[in-house]
Amino acid sequence: MYLVFALFAGLIGGALSIAMRLELQEPGLQFFTNPQTYNVFVTGHGLIMVFFVVMPALIGGYGNWFVPIMVGAPDMAFPRMNNISFWLLPAAFALLVISMFVEGAPGSNGFGGGWTVYPPLSTSGHPGPALDFGILSLHIAGASSILGAINFITTILNMRAPGMTLHKMPLFAWSMLVTAFLLLLSLPVLAGAITMLLTDRNFGTTFFDPAGGGDPVLYQHLFWFFGHPEVYIMILPAFGIVSHIVSTFAKKPVFGYLGMAYAMVAIGAVGFVVWAHHMYTAGLSLDTQRYFVFATMVIAVPTGVKIFSWIATMWGGSMRFTSPMIWALGFIFLFTVGGVTGVVLANAGLDRNLHNTYYVVAHFHYVLSLGAVFAIFAAWYYWFPKMSGYLIPEWIGKLHFWIAFIGANVLFFPMHFTGLSGMPRHYVDYPDAFAGWNRISSYGSYIFALGLVVFFYGLWLAFAQKKKAGDNPWGSGATTLEWTLSSPPPYHQFETLPRITGSEH
Amino acid sequence: MKTHFWNRAALAVFGLSLCLMGSAEAASVIGQPAAWEINLQKPVTDVAQFIYDFHTAVVVVITIISLFVLGLIVWVVMRYNEKANPVPSRTTHHTGLEIAWTVIPILILVGIAIPSFRLLKLQVQIPPHDIVVKVIGKQWYWTYEYPADQGGGFGFDSIMLSDADAAKAGQPRMLAVDNEMVVPAGKVIAMQVVGADVIHSFSVPSLGFRMDAIPGRLNETWFKTDREGIYYGMCSRLCGQNHAYMPIAIRVVSPEKYTAWLAEAKKKFASNDDNMKVAANAAAQ
Repeated sequence: MYLVFALFAGLIGGALSIAMRLELQEPGLQFFTNPQTYNVFVTGHGLIMVFFVVMPALIGGYGNWFVPIMVGAPDMAFPRMNNISFWLLPAAFALLVISMFVEGAPGSNGFGGGWTVYPPLSTSGHPGPALDFGILSLHIAGASSILGAINFITTILNMRAPGMTLHKMPLFAWSMLVTAFLLLLSLPVLAGAITMLLTDRNFGTTFFDPAGGGDPVLYQHLFWFFGHPEVYIMILPAFGIVSHIVSTFAKKPVFGYLGMAYAMVAIGAVGFVVWAHHMYTAGLSLDTQRYFVFATMVIAVPTGVKIFSWIATMWGGSMRFTSPMIWALGFIFLFTVGGVTGVVLANAGLDRNLHNTYYVVAHFHYVLSLGAVFAIFAAWYYWFPKMSGYLIPEWIGKLHFWIAFIGANVLFFPMHFTGLSGMPRHYVDYPDAFAGWNRISSYGSYIFALGLVVFFYGLWLAFAQKKKAGDNPWGSGATTLEWTLSSPPPYHQFETLPRITGSEH
Repeated sequence: MKTHFWNRAALAVFGLSLCLMGSAEAASVIGQPAAWEINLQKPVTDVAQFIYDFHTAVVVVITIISLFVLGLIVWVVMRYNEKANPVPSRTTHHTGLEIAWTVIPILILVGIAIPSFRLLKLQVQIPPHDIVVKVIGKQWYWTYEYPADQGGGFGFDSIMLSDADAAKAGQPRMLAVDNEMVVPAGKVIAMQVVGADVIHSFSVPSLGFRMDAIPGRLNETWFKTDREGIYYGMCSRLCGQNHAYMPIAIRVVSPEKYTAWLAEAKKKFASNDDNMKVAANAAAQ
């Protein structure tokens, strides 16, 4: 259900981005008569993709399906809480969509202040009720995630099968455990920040209003204290998924298991102390900037450990290039590219010329769109036979991969160039010099969208052909517990709890 | 200076890209993006030059790392596939290797951090300045104020030219403005940046600064260039409907021309004076 919801929200979020690329294909205004509408589209795209596509798919969808199976539990610890945590999402999503159709800035509908919702643009700049709907939507989505996080932590800590110590637990469960802690610790801060925003807007408080002794920069600190862990919330489950796929199809156990698990813990922990690298141009003091440069660069180390450990897992293996495997390989390389541009941006000195340009857009789309989304598709092709009991033809996954790989690179790589050249984000129109690369980017987005057509055709084929998957379609490399069950698994899996004896992960 | 080393590295590795860029410059316009540009805009201050050279060096490092990872992936794909290697090994640990891929990245990062910290200090510590200009970001234009104690005592708005007017003036669309901020060459220009309504960001890439214009907070940044010309930038913080339409144009002229401009501008913008003081007070609150 989470996955169906994420696919649906993904279509809307994707449609918004295609509209943006259509507009940006040529200089001048073509489709948006009011630039504010473009800002609303950008904001909607960002919020939908983060809160209603990537998080529900990776955490809600795959997490709720496979964490209990992998740790050998019959279900999540609190199934009813899981239910409410899901049903809060459509409500939150509905509120967000409604917000696009009520007045925001004077004379136009919807909130167009970016997904970061910085005041004063989000307070005095948008007097209409659009953002109040938006804030409520985020509160509800946040509550849903916090409930989900509590559920994961309880399940993983208390309901592991006999013999499964934490150090024998599959890496996907590890990644969800770290993610759940990040959610639990960071979301309340977001909730606090947007509540302060709400009272600033409606009840005359001045937390972020300098006229009453407040400071807009305070919001930025609060937001990014949530916002930075949030990006790891989106990518850590992807790390877990890729580890399983690589290990399955290399027919080798994961290399450096403990290093992999603790690298994720390290990324999660350090992720909490680097937030102000999003604020290098806000006028922070020299020493503050120095600290955040240093702390941010530290994150590259555990990330490097993960990349090299995946390669070492394949080293000496006997690899089969199924569709999930090529998606995972694509993920490893493209995430590396997104990671190294992160090292560039970590340097406050360089960020001075790159902050809020398309270089940043390129960077975070390489780690999220080409990272997290590639992992979502990898997991889709990997676990779909388990979840539905039917096979998706292999050629679908491969064709989809190559279209998406080419499309995404054509779409996002030129953004590095426009960013270096100085094109700022959130621009509905741009000086003519940027026209060339923008046109290429737009073509890339259409190619990527074509890939989605293949994806949905594959989904339709699987249910039309009804080819039975069997318990384990992937062979001897697939060693985690989900492959011991029937496909799809019964409602109450593991009537008798499995006993974990070996040392394999 | 170590920057000379970066210079050579830049020339050696990115000679080609250097040749490609910067060919489409109008006569006196130096700081603006070029079509199909794939690198930072041409730097004209020490800070921007440092950014440019340091960026080039980091790009070399990250390109090598990316190609190394790609090479490893291609190698394992060729060598360790089902056909080439039917029996998988069971190796899952190699302490030496794991230490190596932890320590080597740390060394690379430390190598990057050293020039990075020097650049940061150069940007953030403002040298003794000759001229101060107050920059106020508003929805959706910029206001520049020249203090009276340095021969100013006036302020004016800088508003984007329409497409037709820009074409008439022979200036780039979406970058040209009616009144540019004028400063003398060869002097340290300090800019006090503040936002009047929402947050804007004051940025000119070729001069190497970017500073958020935040209501209630007086941020300061600086530049110094010897090259006369027009340098364009754009608002870099989403600020509402016409965020894309509030460009920044700084005209750097010789000190003599600056003195002449100052006298002329004082007369021209004298009527603005009272309004500006009110606006400045409002912004500073």
